[in-house]
Amino acid sequence: MELIYFTEQPMATYPEEDAKLEVPIGPGKTQRVTSLMLSNKYFDPVSGSRLYNERLEEYVLVDEVGFDGIMLNEHHTAPFCMSPRINVFGSILAAITKRVKIVMHGNPLPVVDSPVHLSEELSMIDMISKGRLVSGFVRGGGVENIQANQNPVFNRERFDEAHDLVIKTWTTPGPFRWEGKHFQFRVVNPWTAPLQKPHPRIWIPGVASKETVVWAAEHRYPYVGLGTNFDLSQKIKDIYREAARRVGYEAGPEQFGQLLQCHVAETEERAERNAQEFMWMAGEFTGLNHPIWGTPTGYGSPSNRKSYIEIAAGRRPMNRPPSMNQRRLERTFIWGTPDRVVEQLKVVLDNNRVGILCLWANDGRIDHENSKTCIRLMGQEVLPAIREYAKELGLVGPFEANTPVSLAETPKEELQPVG
Amino acid sequence: MTLAAEAWTEERVELFGGQLHLLKGGQGDPLVVLPRDNGYPGWQPFHSILAERFTVYVPSHPGYHNSDGPAWSWLANVRDLAIVHRRLLRTLGLDSVTLVGLGFGGWLAAEMATMDERPFKSLVLVGPMGIQPAEGEIFDQFLVNTETYARASYHDEANFEAVYGAEPEFEYLENWESDREMTSRIGWKPYMYNRTLPGLLGGVSVPTLVVWGRQDRIVPLECGGLYADALPNSRLEVLEACGHAVDIEKPNELAKLVLTFAKTL
Repeated sequence: MELIYFTEQPMATYPEEDAKLEVPIGPGKTQRVTSLMLSNKYFDPVSGSRLYNERLEEYVLVDEVGFDGIMLNEHHTAPFCMSPRINVFGSILAAITKRVKIVMHGNPLPVVDSPVHLSEELSMIDMISKGRLVSGFVRGGGVENIQANQNPVFNRERFDEAHDLVIKTWTTPGPFRWEGKHFQFRVVNPWTAPLQKPHPRIWIPGVASKETVVWAAEHRYPYVGLGTNFDLSQKIKDIYREAARRVGYEAGPEQFGQLLQCHVAETEERAERNAQEFMWMAGEFTGLNHPIWGTPTGYGSPSNRKSYIEIAAGRRPMNRPPSMNQRRLERTFIWGTPDRVVEQLKVVLDNNRVGILCLWANDGRIDHENSKTCIRLMGQEVLPAIREYAKELGLVGPFEANTPVSLAETPKEELQPVG
Repeated sequence: MTLAAEAWTEERVELFGGQLHLLKGGQGDPLVVLPRDNGYPGWQPFHSILAERFTVYVPSHPGYHNSDGPAWSWLANVRDLAIVHRRLLRTLGLDSVTLVGLGFGGWLAAEMATMDERPFKSLVLVGPMGIQPAEGEIFDQFLVNTETYARASYHDEANFEAVYGAEPEFEYLENWESDREMTSRIGWKPYMYNRTLPGLLGGVSVPTLVVWGRQDRIVPLECGGLYADALPNSRLEVLEACGHAVDIEKPNELAKLVLTFAKTL
């Protein structure tokens, strides 16, 4: 079992009341937004500096108390995530932590200008950390595409091509030339290489878009569901397993991961108060969005086209983030004393049977002291109990299972495609 | 208005392995109307008035308005579209064409003329995109929904609602969405202009009328001046109380400008 720590690194000090922004989403309708157009005049670098350094101190503690990894994510132009470049934090963690894996969830491939530069940076992080990098790729949200001014219509094409180029850069000696549809390089020959061979593991985080689940399965990359409830987790597994069989392997728990919100405190009362602080910004982890910014034209799945058009036109309500109580009932947000949390996490593992469990432990306005207490309690009481239980259930992560890092790196004779 | 001018036909034209949708009506010299980037709502009063004097052709853009989107998804930029439209004129056997371009269609018309102006008798560019404004910005449709963009084309939204209704049917929304997907494909950035166009327009000597709605919220009026400056044989006319959709908001006035302009040639 891989137990991974996560926080979205919010700019929790921004003045939420002053910074209320409503934008029109159609005739006579408005929507509150907390991204893209919410002015960065509300970003305070003094508290920004403090918050960055508090997070670093917490990450060192995470390393010390026994987590297996630290998951990093990036978002842009929004207060819910202060990390617009995970490779910056990844680089720092490579130097200041000792044991944890640095889990990139993920680098938004379609919006990067140079997959070659990206592969260089990741190789550096892998070498500096002495082989602790877990790479991960995402499509980037709609806002990421808009702010980077990358055409959403080509999001999936750019994702595929950038991925292929990064892998080739890591696995094929240069120099070689790359003449693709979206990327062209006269000479690819970076004077860097990842320490882990054949290349660092790649885990794919996502919110259950079918195309990405299938893509991950076809590449034999573990898929980590972000905040998915039991039903959705099951749906992901069904889709993934079917695609995995098609390309020739059986997907066990090591191919599945889950991120859930999970906070512990010394008392139930304190945990409950912190949980409410965690749920700032309506608990929306990609911010409150204009539907077009969240899903620009050409970005979404063709299978959702009709409902997308209706939502974009303001004729069908956007899917709202579930309430705190609903999350509690669905066990996508668990809080309490360590005993209570362990009890609930066991139910999650019974149902979802994942080999990678990412605990989104602190967020919103939970302060530094409470964050550190949470991390300590997790290390002392939650992680050992969950590790033990995962062992009983036979839930192993990709490292323990020692699976090939990808389908391309799986010996052909081991593959038995079905159907 | 004669019955003949109000009668029109609809056909599909095969080109480059894809299809274009084409409306045709009237009698006389050929006049081609290139529509805006968010579809066209069929044969309009503006077309009927022109059809009294011209044979009016209204093609869809490749990849737009039921014109076989996937078959055109290989096109990469606005000049590609201009080349397809030039090929369409050849296929239809048209010469000495009066080319009227509306908004995005005006940009295409301008690009077509820069390639070779011989097939054209005159150009009428109505609120065309294509030249980067010096002061303002071209309205960015990719930050709002399709209906908001369509409505912004009108000075008086009652004119929008007269065509599309107060709450447009799903079919319109769907068309706008697929049109916009094609626009994104070919025009995401730089948004709705081509830096080399003003220079190339210097080589176009065909008589050109540039028309702008005073209240155009899509392409700033200043671009009208930039077009008139770039085109050696052109003049600018501004219509009052009128937005970007000049053909819908002021069909009579626009048609009159076109007809009067044609008489001077």
